[in-house]
Order: sequence, then C-alpha cells, then structure tokens
Amino acid sequence: MKAKRNTAISVCTSDKIFYATVNVIMTLVLLIVLIPMLNVVASSFSSGKAVSEGKVTLWPVSFSLDGYIEVFKNKNILIGYGNTIFYTVVGTTLNVIMTVLCAYPLSRSDLPGRNFLMFLFSFTMLFNGGMIPNFVLMKDLNLLDSRLVLIIPGAIGVYNMIITRTNFQQLPKELLEAAKIDGCSDFRFFLTMALPLSKAIIAVITLFYAVGHWNVFFNAKLYLTTESKMPLQIFLQQILLANSLTSGSNIEPEVAAKLATMADLLKYSLIIVASLPVWCVYPFIQKYFVQGVMIGSIKG
Amino acid sequence: MSTEKVKTQKTNTKTKAPKNDIKLQNNFKNIKAAWQLYVLLLLPVIYIIIFAYVPMYGVQIAFKDFRPSKGIAGSAWADQGLFEHFKILTNAKFKDAFVNTIVVSVYTLIAGFPIPILLALSLNVMRNKVFKKTVQMVSYLPHFISTVVMVSILTQFFNTKVGLFGQILKTLVPGATYTVSPMGSANAFPHLYVWSGVWQNMGWSTIIYLAALASIDMEQTEAAMIDGATRFQRVIHIDIPAILPTAIILLIMDAGKIMSVGFEKAFLMQNDTNLNASEIISTYSYKRGFIDTGLNNFSQAAAIGLFNSVINLILVVTVNKISRKVSDTSLW
Repeated sequence: MKAKRNTAISVCTSDKIFYATVNVIMTLVLLIVLIPMLNVVASSFSSGKAVSEGKVTLWPVSFSLDGYIEVFKNKNILIGYGNTIFYTVVGTTLNVIMTVLCAYPLSRSDLPGRNFLMFLFSFTMLFNGGMIPNFVLMKDLNLLDSRLVLIIPGAIGVYNMIITRTNFQQLPKELLEAAKIDGCSDFRFFLTMALPLSKAIIAVITLFYAVGHWNVFFNAKLYLTTESKMPLQIFLQQILLANSLTSGSNIEPEVAAKLATMADLLKYSLIIVASLPVWCVYPFIQKYFVQGVMIGSIKG
Repeated sequence: MSTEKVKTQKTNTKTKAPKNDIKLQNNFKNIKAAWQLYVLLLLPVIYIIIFAYVPMYGVQIAFKDFRPSKGIAGSAWADQGLFEHFKILTNAKFKDAFVNTIVVSVYTLIAGFPIPILLALSLNVMRNKVFKKTVQMVSYLPHFISTVVMVSILTQFFNTKVGLFGQILKTLVPGATYTVSPMGSANAFPHLYVWSGVWQNMGWSTIIYLAALASIDMEQTEAAMIDGATRFQRVIHIDIPAILPTAIILLIMDAGKIMSVGFEKAFLMQNDTNLNASEIISTYSYKRGFIDTGLNNFSQAAAIGLFNSVINLILVVTVNKISRKVSDTSLW
C-alpha cells in the first residue's frame, strides 16, 4: 500500500516539475518574441530626442506623436500607401476568384482528366522558369511598368489552391448527389452550396493573398519603374534601409538637422504604420488558420 | 481540355478492344456531363499556361545569345556551344554565392525545423488556456511582417546608438562597449539571417503541428494515464509519434527548397561589408541579369536560374522517393 502511494506522489511531482519547466520556457519564448516588438512600439510613441539618444526601452520616453505626424507628412509614403491598398484590394479579389474557380472543379472526383489537370498545376510548384524568362514574358505581354504586373501574374497561388481544394473535398458527397437528383447544375451547386460552406477557408486564403500583396517588394522592384505606381514596401526600403529620407527634394539645412534627430523615430513609427493594417485583420481570422496550413495531398 | 480528350481516347484505344466503344462512349458522356466544371476551369488553365508554362519555354534563353530586340525565338543559339552561358557556373563569384546559399539554407533547416516542433509540443502540454492563447497570438504576429520591415527591425535592434541590443548588453554587462553593429559583418550574417527567421516564423510554423496534436485519440491518452505514464512520457510515446508524419512531409518540402533561398531578405540585408557572406545565388543572378551590363548577361542569369530550378526539382523528387521508402510518408 505504502509503496503504491509513493509512486502516485512521485508521478505527480515529476509532472509538476515538467509543467513548470514548460511554463518557464514558454514565458521566455513569449518575452523573446514580444520585447523587440514592444521596443518598436514604445520608440514610435517617444520624442525624436529620446529615441536618438537611445533612452527608450519598453515604455515611451517623453510621449509624443511626432513620429506619426512626420510619417503622414511624407508624400511618398502616402503614395505608396494608396498604391498598396489598390494592389491589395484588386489583387486579392482576383486571387480569391481564380483560386476557387480552379479548386472546385479539381476537387470533384468525377471530373474526367482530373489527375492530368492537377499535375498541370502542381508541377509548377516543383519547377519554374525563373527570374529571366518571367521578365521576358512580362515584357512581351507589355506588362512592364504597368499596375497590372502586380495583379495578374500571381493570380493563383498553387499552394493556396491545393488547401482550398482539400477543403472542397471534405464537403459531404451526399450533398452533391441530393442536389443533382433535384436537378441542380454544377454552376449552381458551386455558387449556392460549395462556396457558402467554405467561408472559413476563403477567409484564410483572402488573408494569405492580402498579406502577400501588402508585403510585395521584389516584383515591384523588378517590373515597375515609375515612382507613382510603386507600392509601400519600395518606399519603405528607401526610407528604412537606404536612409534616403530626403530623396529627390531640396530641403533647407535646419529642416535637415531636424530630420536627422527625427530619422530613427520616423523609422519606428513607419514600421508600425506599415504593419498595423495586417495586425488588425489577423486576429479575426486566426481561429481558421489551422485549415490554411493543412497539407492537402496533391493526388487523391 | 481538348488535349485531355485526345489523351483519354488514346489510352482507351490501347486497352482491350471489345469494351472499347462502350468505354469511349462513357468517357464522352462523362466529359459532356462535366462541361460546366470545365468552364469554371477555363480561366485558371489559361492563366497557368501563360504564367507558368510559357516561362518554362523561355528557359531556352539560357542556351541562346539572347537579344531583347529579337525575342526568344529570334535569338540565335549560343555560338560557342549550347552550354556556353553555363560557364558562369564555374565563375569564382558564383561558387561563393553557391556556398553562401547552402550555408544559409542548411543552417535555416537545422535551426528552423526542430524549434517549431518543440514549441508545438510545449504549447500542447500547457494547461493554462489563457497563457497558451497569449503565446500563440503573440508568436504568430511576426510572421505577417514584410521582409523590408523585418530587416529594418533587425537593423534598428542592432543600431549602435539607439538599438535595444546595446541597451540590454550594457545592462547585463556594466561597462561594456558596443560600437560596431553586426549587420555589417560577414561572419555574423548567417546567424542574423537564420535566427531572425526563427524569431519571425517559429510561432507560425507550430500551427500545422498543433493541428496534428489536436487529432490525437483521447482513448490513447487515457489508457496511458491509467498505466501511470507521466506527462513527459506521454509526450515521448504519444505526442511525438503523432506529429512524425507531418514533420517528415515538412522536412521533404524544406529539403527541396535548400537551393531556393529567397531573394528579398538576403538582398535587403546586404551591404558592402557583409557581401562575402550575403551574396546568394538569387541575388547574384539578379545582379548579373539586371545590374551588370554585358551582351550575354541575360542568358547567363537565365542559365543560373535554370541550374537552380533543376537542382531543386531533383532534390524534391529524391527526398520524396527516399521518404516514401523509409517511412511510407510522401508528398505524392
């Protein structure tokens, strides 16, 4: 009896130690992720002087909104913001439409030639033409330096298409059979049954595509030349990394001196302004994420 | 679609003769019945052919003396042997870029693969739901940061005047001096690249493992508890086997990407002083094709791209094959 009770207690304590260790580790993880972000937020709400003297850690020092005011005074940032909103809204709409159009038929096991068609799409994940042939294609299609180049070429992300297809495959087969008996066409079933039942996955791919458009940098750098068409990330790179705050404009010395103390503050505020829209949307879709990362099998 | 029809016909004529007609008829019937599905697929198929398969046709630029004015078809084949432009692959600069790419990607794989697994296992063990949700919510956030912003956060973090790193260092080690940012150091580049990537993606990468862990049978857990297994033993004998197939699939996908380190982050982290370590294949190819001027630079850049794509393809196919043999888990 006594021995038995002892083991029971020892199991309990070893579990307790394990749970405690896990909690300590997770607290550390939380801090490691959180602290650099908190520092950016705190800095963005501090005064230019406090930031440039390196006084800000995790709480704003001499609170001010100067950084944000300066960000919204910058003409390029406003242009970039407007362009990015345009690319994100139009691009994501096209993405989602094309993706569901592609995913639904491929989810139907009664589609003749499905394996071949599926191969046509999934092979592009394994092999692609590369940067140069793509550039030549954009040139031949007259898409270079056109706003469409950030919208059309990435219209279907094959990975997103596959997770959407997997989702459609999970619709009960009886649903389609019953609808067919009642004389429902494929179009109508797709529009009135399959799509409304797949709101969660559509929300997820919408977020994925929207984030992709919001963050686009390389394609804009490669394909666009006119400044007025550039998305936000291009201007961010100029200001945040290339330090060309004053690019293209003649400014007076005292303004330049003021900008120098403001430079780092402006960067922190800009980081927040550039990331905030995505961070505001994501918590609402977070509960559906699991559906977005399930690996759908390419076959099946 | 029409090619698909032809294909089914062909395969059918090859099969047993007597049933041929009926089968053929059935096929036509099925295709006809599914016409609405084909209509839905029309735009996506046109899209994928133009934007994925036409560039594949374009890889012949690597074998030609490409002149933009003449186009792909009009340009002549490379006059000093078909593989003339592939000589760039023996160039010392390319070799450096190749080594840098491998270093960064293997390091990313070693650090980036196990950490999300450990994190997911830990999250799954946690009993305080609020705390668990908080960790998840916060650790997913960095995933949505753009590369430009990520690199700026990194640069600001290590900034010698205003950065948090210097402040932490000075708090922990009183009297320490911090005057040189590691952002300009070639030796520090792989570490910064990899660990900032881990910081950004470790939370996000747990989602897929958490999904696998959520599908563990309760009966199994209960049986283990009745047998007196500790929570740690359950992690070892129940949780880990449950996520193993997922882990293998992800490992295949990661291994297949070893040569395709993304352009953006390395390019944005590059500066004159760390170029020795930060020049990777994609940035080198970009500079060769778009920054350097030379008659055949475009073809050389295409040759690098093609080389890279072929290696990637071989890698994925091989790893998939090995995994199917060893563990019965595979992508296809």
